[in-house]
Amino acid sequence: MTTEKNKIEISGLDLYYGKFHALQSVSMPVQKNLITALIGPSGCGKSTLLRCLNRMNDLISGVKVTGKVLLDQSDIYSPTFEVTELRKRVGMVFQRPNPFPLSIYDNVVYGLKVAGMNNRKKMEEIAEKSLMGAWLWDNVKDKLHHSALELPLDQQQRLCVARLLAIEPEVILMDEPCSALDPIATMKIEELMLELKKNYTIVIVTHNMQQAARVSDFTGYMLLGKMIEFNVTKDIFTRPKEKLTEEYISGKYG
Amino acid sequence: MMRLNPRYVQRGAVFVLGGATVLTLLILIFIIFFILEKGLPVLTLNFLTGNPEDLGRKGGIFPAIIGSIILPLLAILIATPLGIFTSVYLSEYTRESKLTRLIRFGTDCLAGIPSIIFGLFGYIFFVITLEMGWSILSGALTLAVMILPTIIRTSEEAIRAVPKTYREVSFSLGATGWQTVKKVILPNALPGIVTGIMLSIGRSIGETAAVIFTAGSSLRLPTSIFDSTRTMAVHFYILAREGISQENAYGTAATLIIAVLLVNLTAYWLMNRFIAKRRS
Repeated sequence: MTTEKNKIEISGLDLYYGKFHALQSVSMPVQKNLITALIGPSGCGKSTLLRCLNRMNDLISGVKVTGKVLLDQSDIYSPTFEVTELRKRVGMVFQRPNPFPLSIYDNVVYGLKVAGMNNRKKMEEIAEKSLMGAWLWDNVKDKLHHSALELPLDQQQRLCVARLLAIEPEVILMDEPCSALDPIATMKIEELMLELKKNYTIVIVTHNMQQAARVSDFTGYMLLGKMIEFNVTKDIFTRPKEKLTEEYISGKYG
Repeated sequence: MMRLNPRYVQRGAVFVLGGATVLTLLILIFIIFFILEKGLPVLTLNFLTGNPEDLGRKGGIFPAIIGSIILPLLAILIATPLGIFTSVYLSEYTRESKLTRLIRFGTDCLAGIPSIIFGLFGYIFFVITLEMGWSILSGALTLAVMILPTIIRTSEEAIRAVPKTYREVSFSLGATGWQTVKKVILPNALPGIVTGIMLSIGRSIGETAAVIFTAGSSLRLPTSIFDSTRTMAVHFYILAREGISQENAYGTAATLIIAVLLVNLTAYWLMNRFIAKRRS
């Protein structure tokens, strides 16, 4: 499936936590401006795989990665690939909303500040644009300098999205972004994802099979560190090729 | 064995825990009251601003107040950056290994060494070997070495208590390790770090043994950091130990207690202001 359209190309990826073989020869394409979902039971390695894409696993001691992850055809694990640069291009939204204990505005401009921007006017413009992009502007425009921790959880999560949009990433990784949210807030984030995919490439890890079915274009099913099946989402959920996939989506285990 | 009724056990626990708290507070209040009762009558403006006469039998304690300000201040200025940098390095830039555990064990041991040992070390190393003589510099360096382990360990604990997710988010937004330390970790660890610094200030203001061997006990007002000086704690010790003046000894002790209280109140006030400013 190597085509020009592949934003990310994972091939033969192995990952070890010490002696534990957490990802076993995983290959998967991520197509541009589409949503790719990773599903599978707890401990299958879907979050680990996601964290390979912005090298967040580097922060854990004893992790060894072999294989290739190409972002626009260049290998992000090559020694010449600057990891801070990678993380600006491949951003992440985490499982739990995790704003810094700072004001809403300071949260949004954090990434700009660490990138060296100090033009206040420009930062304010970008903050407004990003908050609008995350559908949060109307909720917070009158209290930008209030603490971000005062916001309800779903707004905190959208603030985390806005904080990411501010640095204009190319790819957005979402690690179970709705697991701490109620169904209505979840629906809003899902609508937001469909809007975001016009401009961004999205990879989402989810526990929730219906969520994958609702929002994603491609789905990968993982089990015990292996990619069992990767296909167009509709096919995965209506006519899976593998027996293991079929059993999982029909709720026999997981 | 007969099983006790949990309700009585609960009542007993509340009694024991509450009793311990009340007892601790009572002892503290008693000490402060006792010192102030004996010392306050001596505390006059002349006592605070005057020079000592006749070895401290008469006159004031102004040079000792200056000594008690300058020595801990200098020691904190030396030890704080060193201690914070070390703790940042240990917790953020090294992975948990035998070496880091050994360093941690070493700092714990150093923190528990009696201060007179630091005094002897400072005397041999700073005063004699480095030929600094009995001076403010020798005393401050000795105090700095003495409080360094405390600052390192409390800072390290404070840094470790910063939620891991803050680091992850910061890195995920393209920040480098140092940017993460500067913008996320240190500001969030600050209350804990300040607590360690305050403990250290308290310890160095009250310190006698480490100072008497290194800064000496000159009663003259120092004019440079190479002059010898006498801190309030040393002054109190000499007045009481050599039976020079009980009244002035208690006057000095009262001044010392009030000074420590003021330092702590100011530190809390500054810290709360910082936190409020950051949150708004």
